[in-house]
Parts: sequence; structure tokens; C-alpha cells
Amino acid sequence: MAIRQETVEQVASVSDKYKYGFISDIEADTAPIGLSEDIVRFISAKKEEPEWLLEWRLKAYRHWLTMVEPEWANVHYPKIDFQDIYYYSAPKQKEKPKSLDEVDPELLEVYKKLGIPLKEQEVLAGVEGAHNVAVDAVFDSVSVATTFRERLEKEGVIFCPISEAVRNHPELVQKYIGSVVPYTDNYYATLNSAVFTDGSFCYIPKGVRCPMELSTYFRINAAQTGQFERTLIIAEEGSYVSYLEGCTAPMRDENQLHAAVVELVIMKDAEIKYSTVQNWYPGDENGVGGIYNFVTKRAACRGENAKVSWTQVETGSAITWKYPSCILQGDNSVGEFYSIAIANNMQQADTGTKMIHLGKNTSSTIISKGISAGKAQNTYRGLVRMGRKAENARNHTVCDSLLIGDKCGAHTVPYIENQSRTATIEHEATTSKVSEEQLFYCQQRGLSEEESMALIVNGFCKEVLQKLPMEFAVEAQKLVGISLEGSVG
Amino acid sequence: MLEIKNLHATVGGKEILKGINLTIKAGEIHAIMGPNGAGKSTLSYVLAGRDGYEVTSGEVLYKGEDLLALSPDERASKGIFLAFQYPVEIPGVASATFLKTAYNAQRKYRGEPEVDAMEFLKLIREKTKELDIKDDMLKRAVNVGFSGGEKKRNEVLQMSLLEPDLMLLDETDSGLDIDALKIAADGVNRLRSPERAGLIITHYQRLLDYIVPDFVHVLADGKIVKSGDKSLAHELEEKGYAALSAA
Repeated sequence: MAIRQETVEQVASVSDKYKYGFISDIEADTAPIGLSEDIVRFISAKKEEPEWLLEWRLKAYRHWLTMVEPEWANVHYPKIDFQDIYYYSAPKQKEKPKSLDEVDPELLEVYKKLGIPLKEQEVLAGVEGAHNVAVDAVFDSVSVATTFRERLEKEGVIFCPISEAVRNHPELVQKYIGSVVPYTDNYYATLNSAVFTDGSFCYIPKGVRCPMELSTYFRINAAQTGQFERTLIIAEEGSYVSYLEGCTAPMRDENQLHAAVVELVIMKDAEIKYSTVQNWYPGDENGVGGIYNFVTKRAACRGENAKVSWTQVETGSAITWKYPSCILQGDNSVGEFYSIAIANNMQQADTGTKMIHLGKNTSSTIISKGISAGKAQNTYRGLVRMGRKAENARNHTVCDSLLIGDKCGAHTVPYIENQSRTATIEHEATTSKVSEEQLFYCQQRGLSEEESMALIVNGFCKEVLQKLPMEFAVEAQKLVGISLEGSVG
Repeated sequence: MLEIKNLHATVGGKEILKGINLTIKAGEIHAIMGPNGAGKSTLSYVLAGRDGYEVTSGEVLYKGEDLLALSPDERASKGIFLAFQYPVEIPGVASATFLKTAYNAQRKYRGEPEVDAMEFLKLIREKTKELDIKDDMLKRAVNVGFSGGEKKRNEVLQMSLLEPDLMLLDETDSGLDIDALKIAADGVNRLRSPERAGLIITHYQRLLDYIVPDFVHVLADGKIVKSGDKSLAHELEEKGYAALSAA
């Protein structure tokens, strides 16, 4: 409650157009430009990977060569030249740091500029008594600092860069990687399978409630370096974990491609809560230089009463193409999708979810809040599928769009496929505008025009913001305000 | 406090205010009455600075300063409060959040320290108690699902909290039953002081039984056609506007 009330002050305190638009100059150890089998082998060798993983990458690469770039999404951009991208870069280091003291101070400085919550800054700075948020920092494709490993280890929780998991827990990685998103899945996921450089791995053993929120900060840094993160989280029977993911990127002229894959495996009675705040550089007012974000996120509820909840705040990127999905296989399993997607200026967002109901009494909830401003186009695209055996399955979808100005667009594309005679599917959709009346009312009480807009839009997003963990809620509210700067008047 | 000199204003190209002259001194409460379409609400919007209400000539001085040069939020922070005839709904924003945000925005503008959540809660509870308003209203989204009476009470609550120097009330009495009317009037009367002034726009004399004005003006066709003391309000009630504006 108190935090929510601080929103407007925080929004007001951020004056720069895009305060994260800076570039740090850590030397990159880069693979030659372009993509080929040799590059795939180069990445695998750099990561000191076992043979089976190289084989898997190569299978993916060969399959990718047979695929064509999808064009069904409501987004438009110049064709990507996949031979004009660097597929591997890493900050130069002689050895892996053993503690935070050994971490490049410039890196720590970068985190500071990003405004990472104080708690986590303390963790990164190694302050004694700092606690409860473990940060597996992904910087330019290689994880540099991993904290709180020990405390997690005590509980048997594994939280580490995926390349490390490949070395230390190969049996787990081999068992689950590609089990939710197969390497043949889609154009970008297949590309990712071939060239993924890093990402996080998380394993929560049976019956363990992860003692802290796990968070990862992604950051795209070296020019023209596509980021291909691969995240794999496994929640064993009766376990629970809350995972936070947040991203910002520096200002750049060239478009940067990002094609991540996130796989979640949830067993009987287990729960994963996955929260994202995405604030990648959206391009300037004319849409020049923004990030292309093509992500595949999917969760498989494998056991009874398994639960997954995706919460996302998408404010950045020139193009967002993202559909975090839930496969509700176990009986009584639950899938949730709470989303705020903001598109301003020339941004294009095509985002939503898929709820695939396979088991009995499975239920899903979708709450999507789309905000369009400037000349942006914002599309909600969602699939609800009830399988033949999904007896008494239930879905409830609420899809609200908010328009700011008269040059933007909001589109809602729901797909409903029902093969179950006893399933219930509900879909509600609304479209509204921020009215001149509302703005004037707030201004008459003393709020500036931009503060008024931020307050009204945060109100519109409230149901979703409430689903975010505390530390993320603050950042998300700030972002909502920042993202809409310049959209008024 | 407020000097309006030969004020002309248009809305959508149509002239609504056709030369208003009015001076309000600190400590005074003025009432403006008049038939529908006379320009009563337009006057309040022009004073508050709403978009689309264009001043074509004349000037308005507020505490000696050119009011028309200020943005709506600056006017608010300098102590002008407009109680809306139709308060606006803001879904998802709790009244308490809205009030605290507004309160601190104004304090910040004036260079005063902002209050934290605890302090604010204490302050607002005092106000709700004074005005006999239930606390649960603070948790509800601003004006969403409020009855007509609740909306007006919310306006009065906001006014009590923000403690403006110049209160503008635009038909605050419309849609209120007698009990709510008394509460609203009580809110205004509590704020009455030698340092503050008020401009009360109303259609009926009824509200003026509870907020007794020092002056009453009749607005017809964009001009003030008659001014007097509170007895003018009674006269209007008996004879109607037609007789007066014809005079």
C-alpha cells in the first residue's frame, strides 16, 4: 500500500528521457560475425560443453536452416540479417571471480546506474547482513557474479548459470532442456537452441520452499550482440519458488535481436511464480535503434495441483513478440497470466499467452492490460485450448486496452479451441481512453500533466501490479510513468 | 484575492462569457446564481484553467498575479480548489492514494516537506471524522461506484484536506439530499476564515441557507446582471430569473 502511494513521487524524480541509455566499455571477447556450424561449435567449445549438448545444438541449427521467419504477428520491421550478428561475446576475465570483491568495479557501477533495488545492490556490494534476494547476474552473456549460492545450497536449491549447470548437473540439464520447448518449436526458439550463450538454471528439490526470491538481471551490452538466453527452472513435487527477471539496455543505433527461451517444469503440488519487468531500449521517437524481442516462454504443469503464474510488465523494446504459455497437464493444475504491455511512440507489441488445458479440473486466469500511446500498435493475442480430457476445465480472460491519443492502436485477437463438453470459457474485453476530464481533474488537485497520466495508468494496471513481488512493484510503477513520458499533449 | 476584469471566454468557438467583472476579497463568500446556460460552470472552468476554455479578452488577477498565465496544477498548488459538479472517476486509484499524491504534489510545489504514509493517514482520519465520512471511502477507487452524494462528499473531503485559499464550488448542492447538503456546507463553513474566500455557483437558494454568502450575483447570458446581499437569493427564489435578467 505505502509503496503504491509513492509512485508519483518516484515518477517525478526520474527526469531523463531514458536514464538507462549509457554504454559501458568492458572489452568483449567476441566470436566472428555471422552464423554457421563453426560458430555453433565455437560457442559450445567456449562453454566447454559435453558432446551431447553440441549435438543438440547442431541438430537445432540444421533444423533452423529449414525454417522460415514467421510473419503472422502484427509487427513490422526490416528483415533481420542473421549473418550480421555476433553470436558470442563475453567480458574479458582471466579467471572466474571467487567473491564479489573480485568483480570488475565497472560492472558494479553498471548495476548502480541501473537502479537495482538497494537490497540487491547491498548483496552485490557484499554488505554483511544483506539478504534474501539472490542475484545471478548475467552480463553480456556470461554470468559474472552469483550470490547466496551457499544459503540456497543448504536447502538443496541449485541456482546458477546454465553453463555451469551443464558442467555440474549434466543429468538434470540433459533430462529437462528442450522438454518444454523442443528445439524444433519455432524459428526463434530453434535459433536459440543452436546458439544460446547463457541464462539461469534453477532446481528446487522436493518439498522445499525456496527461502528467497530469485532474480536475474539481463543486460544487452556489446554492439550488435544478439542475446540468446536460456533459462530452465524445475520445481519438484511440493516445492515453491518465486523468480524475478528484469532487464534494461543501453542506447544504440543498430537494432539488437533478443531471442530468449524460458522453460519451466512444475511437478505435483509445486508452484512457480515468474515475474518479469522488461525495459529494453524501445528506440527513439521515430523507432530507431530499439531492441527486437522475440521470446519463447513456456511452463509445463506436469503433476496434479501444479501451479504456474506468469506476471509481466513489458514497457521496452521496439518490437515485442512474446507469449508466456502454460501447459496444464496435471489434474487440478492452475495457470495464470498477468500482463501489462505498454507501447509508446513507434513501439510494436504483439503479446499474450497460451493456456493449454489437458488435465481434469484445470483452471486458468488471464488478465491482460494493454496501453498504447504515440503511434504505437499493441496487440493481445491469446489462445485458450480445452483438450478432450479437460473435464470441467475453466478459463477466465479479461483483456483491457487503454488508448492515449488518437494515433495509436489496440488489437485483441483471442483464439478459443474447445474439445471438452464440460469446460467453461469466459472472455471479457474492454477498450477505454484516458479522458481529458480525468487529466484535468488530477491537475486541478495539483498533479502535473505527466504525474496525472502516470497515476491514471497505474490505476488501470493495478490488478496486475498487485501480483508483482514488492521490490518489483516499485520498479514497475516507475517504469509505467517513464514509458509514457512525452505521450501527453 | 481575486479580480476578474472584463472577462470574455469562448468554448468551441462560441462566446459564453461576455465581459465578467467581479472582485472577491479575502474573507468573503460570493454566490453566483443564474439560469442554465448562463455561463456559471464555464466561469469556474476558466478560473481553474481547463483546456478548451479560451479566454479571448480581459484579465484575472489572483493574489495580484496573472492567473491566466498559470497551468491548472500551478493554480491548484497556489490555493485554488474547484469542487466539480460532476466529479470524475479514476478506476484503480484508491481515494487515499489520490489524496496523498495531490497533497504531497502541492506541498512539493510550495517547497514544503512531503508527508509520509503514516502522517498522512492520521491527517486524513481527522478530516473524515470531522465530516462524518466513512473511512472505507478512502480505500475505494476515486469516485468509482460512488453515489451522487458520495461523490460530492468526496469533493468536500478533498477540499478540507487541501485547505485552499480560494474555494470554487460548482453546483455542489445538485443531487444532494438534505443531510448530505448539511455535511457539504459544514465542510465549507469549517474552512471559512478571514484569509480565505469562496465562490459558490448554485442554481437554487437552498445551499445558501447553510453557507451564508456575503454577496450574491446573478449571471445571465455571460454577464453579471445584478449583485446584492443574501436577500437577493431569496428574491430570485420567489420571482425567478426571467424577471431579473429582463430588468
